[in-house]
Amino acid sequence: MKTLVIAEHDKGVLKPETNKTITAAVKLGFDVDLLLAGENLAAMSEQAASIAGVSNVLIADDAAYANQLAENLADLVLSLADNYSHIVASATTTGKNFMPRVAALLDVAQISEIIDVIDADTFKRPIYAGNAIATVKSLDSKKVITVRASSFDVAPEQAPVAVTSVAGKGSVGLSEFVSEEQTESERPELTAAPVVISGGRGMQNGENFALLNGIADKLGAAIGASRAAVDAGFVPNDMQVGQTGKIVAPDLYIAVGISGAIQHLAGMKDSKVIVAINKDPDAPIFQVADYGLVADLFDVLPELESAL
Amino acid sequence: MKVLVPIKRVIDYNVKARVKADKTDVDLANVKMAMNPFCEIAIEEAIRLKEAGTATEVVAVTIGNKSSQEQLRTALALGADKAIHIETEEKLESLHVAKLLSKIVEQESPELVILGKQSIDSDNNQTGQMLAALTGRGQGTFASKVDVQAGTVNVTREVDGGLQTVALKLPAIVTTDLRLNEPRYASLPNIMKAKRKPLDVIAADSLGVDLAPRVQLVEVNEPEKRSGGIVVEDVATLVEKLKTEAKVI
Repeated sequence: MKTLVIAEHDKGVLKPETNKTITAAVKLGFDVDLLLAGENLAAMSEQAASIAGVSNVLIADDAAYANQLAENLADLVLSLADNYSHIVASATTTGKNFMPRVAALLDVAQISEIIDVIDADTFKRPIYAGNAIATVKSLDSKKVITVRASSFDVAPEQAPVAVTSVAGKGSVGLSEFVSEEQTESERPELTAAPVVISGGRGMQNGENFALLNGIADKLGAAIGASRAAVDAGFVPNDMQVGQTGKIVAPDLYIAVGISGAIQHLAGMKDSKVIVAINKDPDAPIFQVADYGLVADLFDVLPELESAL
Repeated sequence: MKVLVPIKRVIDYNVKARVKADKTDVDLANVKMAMNPFCEIAIEEAIRLKEAGTATEVVAVTIGNKSSQEQLRTALALGADKAIHIETEEKLESLHVAKLLSKIVEQESPELVILGKQSIDSDNNQTGQMLAALTGRGQGTFASKVDVQAGTVNVTREVDGGLQTVALKLPAIVTTDLRLNEPRYASLPNIMKAKRKPLDVIAADSLGVDLAPRVQLVEVNEPEKRSGGIVVEDVATLVEKLKTEAKVI
């Protein structure tokens, strides 16, 4: 019994989701190999080898994996699958893309977005937008699992382990990368930030999101948004926190002008401390907030910025 | 070009799911059901492709008990040309669904299959990717733009850092994200017309797919409740509490 974790990385940087996914993988109770697939992996492989719990780092350096295309990545993982009882990746947009492909090619079920490991076969996962938590047991001999990284701690460091190369398999010829538009930001990523401040429909327009900047600067926070704010066109979709956006669990989550629809709560209710600022005292967000402030956000935000 | 759109009947997205007292599952008795929101977006995209002259035929398919024909009729009212109902009383997993759909793909040979990225009940986000694997096709998941060209389809995908565009060889599989389009409502005349459109029924166990469970549902629980906190008077008190009580800033 042995576990393969597929690393999540972008632009030469190992993503924090990878460390947290290793924590989940270690809980399965077997040796963990970490696979890095892409190009120019040397610097990242050192970082990967130092994550506590990793026994071996495998690197597959091949242009076919540069953009993490699901068809090619699944083909690579399939070629390694014989050696492993458990295949694990983060439930990011990359993991969600290629992992079900791996599962189907192996003719096994996938257990999606686990939030807890009970034993090597049994896991907890949210269903119905987090309104219920299912305990599920995999009956397949091989398990394919994606992990909700925000539910697990970052793995500590260790003395670096060995790094081994594995052969790339090239492109399977079904898909090609065309282009990407990355959101440029100096701020920490939503899913990794210790503090997140999010705006909702109450922000009224995209320009008003600038009111969050000063506070975010002072707290080292990432800026998020509710689906209502995204649907209204205030901000781009990659800022969306919620069931259909990003799942976050920072130390401090500040919800500004957000009513607290079920689908938003599904994305942030595991935050350690929640602050809600809303002028409607009956807004459902106050039912999950540790600290509520019933006030007009346009009065409060400048005040908060100067008080920090 | 033929477009196949698999859809799913799920709990209405406005209804809060409740766990059964015996913890065996979520209680769906007498709960309002509807077409999964991501599937509505998939139907809409297929119909727009037909209106643009790119698609020639839109086929909707669902897997479920007799009640799921309601959602097929909705798809027909929205503009699908015909519907296929794969009938079963079993609660199926994504892998089973993908295998059954792959049989329909064999029969119908669609150039494009458009599915919702996930259903709002099981929240698995698997079926489209699995269908792509089983049919040996490329996959454009979490699409916010679909652009069909000769022999290829360019799909712009919602990814964690922004947007990624990939070119897939046709035939291909696409799964929809929220911003792909805004679905229309069915008009009354179209709802009436939909009653006369063809709807074929196929028994799931006639398709030669092993439907034995791969995952056992052990238990379903309510999530841990967050206890509501306190309302503070003003910004100064809030900052004070965050510093000294919560110790997070």
